[in-house]
Amino acid sequence: MAKIILEMKNITKTFPGVKALDNVNFQVEEGEIHALVGENGAGKSTLMNVLSGIYPYGTYEGDIVYEGEVCKFHKIKDSESKGIVIIHQELALVPEMTIGENMYLGNEIGRKSAIDWDKTYSEADKYLKMVGLTESSKTKVKEIGTGKQQLVEIAKALSKHARLLILDEPTSSLNEEDSKALLDLMLGFKKQGMTMIIITHKLNEVAYVSDKITVVRDGSTIETLDCHGAEQISEDRIIKGMVGREMTNRFPKRENVAIGDVMMEVSNWTVQHPKYTERNVVNDVSMYVRKGEVVGIYGLMGAGRTELAMSIFGQSYGTLLSGTLKLDGKEVRLKKTPLDAIKHKIAYVTEDRKGNGLVLSQSIRVNTTLANLGGVSKNTVLDTDAEYAAAEEYRKKLNTKTPSVEQLVGNLSGGNQQKVLLAKWMFAEPDVLILDEPTRGIDVGAKYEIYCIINDLAKAGKSVIMISSELPEVIGMSDRIYIMNASRIVGEMKAEEATQENIMSMILASGRGD
Amino acid sequence: MQTRSAKAFFKKNTMIIALVVVILFFYWRTGGTILLPQNVNNLFSQNAYVFVLGTGMLLCILTGGNIDLSVGSVVCFTGGIGAVMLDRDMNWLLTVIVMLAVGLAIGMFQGFWIAYVSVPPFIATLAGMYAFRGLSNVVLQGYSIGVDNTTFLNVFGGGADCYIPDFIGKVGNLNMTCMIAGIIIAVLFVVLNIKTWITRKVKGYTNDSMTSELAKVAVMAILILYITWKLAQFKGIPTVVIWILAVLLIYNYISQKTAIGRYLYAVGGNRKATELSGVNTKRVFFIAYSNMGLLAGLAGILTLARMVQGNPTFGLGYEMDAIAACFIGGASAYGGIGAVPGTVIGAVLLGVINQGMSIMGVSTNYQSVVKGLVLLIAVLFDVVSKKKE
Repeated sequence: MAKIILEMKNITKTFPGVKALDNVNFQVEEGEIHALVGENGAGKSTLMNVLSGIYPYGTYEGDIVYEGEVCKFHKIKDSESKGIVIIHQELALVPEMTIGENMYLGNEIGRKSAIDWDKTYSEADKYLKMVGLTESSKTKVKEIGTGKQQLVEIAKALSKHARLLILDEPTSSLNEEDSKALLDLMLGFKKQGMTMIIITHKLNEVAYVSDKITVVRDGSTIETLDCHGAEQISEDRIIKGMVGREMTNRFPKRENVAIGDVMMEVSNWTVQHPKYTERNVVNDVSMYVRKGEVVGIYGLMGAGRTELAMSIFGQSYGTLLSGTLKLDGKEVRLKKTPLDAIKHKIAYVTEDRKGNGLVLSQSIRVNTTLANLGGVSKNTVLDTDAEYAAAEEYRKKLNTKTPSVEQLVGNLSGGNQQKVLLAKWMFAEPDVLILDEPTRGIDVGAKYEIYCIINDLAKAGKSVIMISSELPEVIGMSDRIYIMNASRIVGEMKAEEATQENIMSMILASGRGD
Repeated sequence: MQTRSAKAFFKKNTMIIALVVVILFFYWRTGGTILLPQNVNNLFSQNAYVFVLGTGMLLCILTGGNIDLSVGSVVCFTGGIGAVMLDRDMNWLLTVIVMLAVGLAIGMFQGFWIAYVSVPPFIATLAGMYAFRGLSNVVLQGYSIGVDNTTFLNVFGGGADCYIPDFIGKVGNLNMTCMIAGIIIAVLFVVLNIKTWITRKVKGYTNDSMTSELAKVAVMAILILYITWKLAQFKGIPTVVIWILAVLLIYNYISQKTAIGRYLYAVGGNRKATELSGVNTKRVFFIAYSNMGLLAGLAGILTLARMVQGNPTFGLGYEMDAIAACFIGGASAYGGIGAVPGTVIGAVLLGVINQGMSIMGVSTNYQSVVKGLVLLIAVLFDVVSKKKE
């Protein structure tokens, strides 16, 4: 047995009205990668915030024992001085500043009166090398991709002499390739004796890197699973712990759906990048979707999936160079505005629900009707009663958990926000729904409900295009799957034929020549 | 539960409570002078421009905390044009239409750059602030020009006869037209509010509790009656109050009940999401700033009438009063949050503070200091209460 480096004993943390953590016990051994899993709101991040001193000593009950001594962290600097460094889910880098400036922001090297820039940059370069980045630390952060920005965050943590590194959903905004690189980097650090805690929703990643898994549910630690024990830990086993029940089928069956004629078809669709005109983000794509059909589009991030969807949706991204769009057999030319797409009964449900989807400062009612105010108004005068009724109808239909439809959307959980976003587009009464990563960042239970909604839509004869970077989801939910890579569609297969292996090998075979 | 609902009540009505406290304070310090009929009357007449400009400014602020710095200059410029036209004995109605049209045109001009060329509103309207101040001087040739068209003055609340004539006559010292109008408005207000409340109740929508609804309606009704009672003791309803009321009611309706109103809030809350919902967001910006120009034209008319002259120094700092009224009234500096009633409270609060201090004989220098502090405290309140959430 390796020695216990960290022990959190009987931690209880209450917020006004809520017990976020209830008597939590959590142990980490030196030199292991310990995964912390659980549904959204289970208390994982709260626990880590207690550990790192964001919630200072005295605002919680219980003890933190680190390297044999009881710690009383009053602020983040206290825990950092002990070598406990947390990397938050949302990247905390200033885009306009250089990598080096970012890494030492708040910890500037030099005298109080003058920063020693030479030393800053040479130190920064040293740590960048350790995380495998070849960029100079004088590069501005906005010039590197998200994957590399995540690595900069890690380099920044290293520069603080981290010995216990906490990564809160480090791969949530990374594509599969960058995620793999990051996980491999973690395994490399482990060899050098670093201890790490990783919070993640992606169970395949958990299986890949972790030595132990602790499951958190409703503010309590449920169990700790040993990955090197006798029992093989399956994903279903972990999910069982997370939701507290056996999930026999993660994807609800779609029964008796009659698949009809082709509803929407695009041919030879080529789209130019809005700024870098020499690049085509979508290249000669042809695809179709039938009535009552769910078509999956799988591809790594950056493959051009979102760009394809948004360019169909009234050219809300890029410039269309060539291609035709047929709706119900008739060729249409949409004006360069989302409004025209909505009029032609196309809906695009964005992957970025907070950034591009919802008005967080407004109520569920207001968000539900935003894309179809005509449906609740006469001569542009709103009928608040009709609007309220519509919002209520969709709240019930989608089982959105909220005290009332007057609740601000910003106060809802991710899963419920996603339901409001779906409600908004269902209220616009489209024939074709393009769902871009409809289950990103929401917990297992809410995912299941979203899948049921997708099935209902298909049953009602709508055509659904589901873009996703989760292979099991694409295979489990689609009737037919398109595989996209490097701006092109590189394959198409029926769901029955699809396996994770043959889809991945199709992508690898197509190469990544962009 | 009791304490929680009390807390929620305080939070929801912070500015109203603050207003009441401020009024009580000045009532005490001025020995009651602040609530003399004439002073209540002046509160509206003197601050008409804040109500009108504040309403327009609110729509701009809703789009994302954007402000219009040019309105003070536009008030002066349109006022100048009006003064010159009336001085040449042109028809007063034509003059009014020209002034409104010029205001609207200026708003459209600035709105064009902001909406369709993406010039930051601060800069586009700062440019307008300089330019139209200069043009005011050109139009008036540096002099002040008096207005002697009595119809114009009477209609827009300037000169001696700027009150609605008393059709009924006085009973005691009370102007009965004013009193009856007040009673009708109060009754209408009560009936309409209770009617909506009952419909909502019947249909099972979320609703305020009956006590808080009744309390709210009762307080507002008493307030309306109190103000009209005060005005009736003086000379009746100032004509300018009619204009203020019209603007407030129309814009409250637009912002709450129409699609364009909804879009103003949505654009300020999340522009990208609104655009992807099929809304022409550029048009929303264009409308907000065009409308601001139109209302600046109206404020120009009211100012010209009240001052009975056009003067190249008029309107200085008006934009700041309007902006302050919005923020004191709870508008968010990031957009998407705010409402006309809030702006009214902000405007009244500023007006009361101005007047109270003048009566107390505080120098204008210190009045400015106090106004600044009030703005800071009001926004602080907002920020702190949000943080606690």
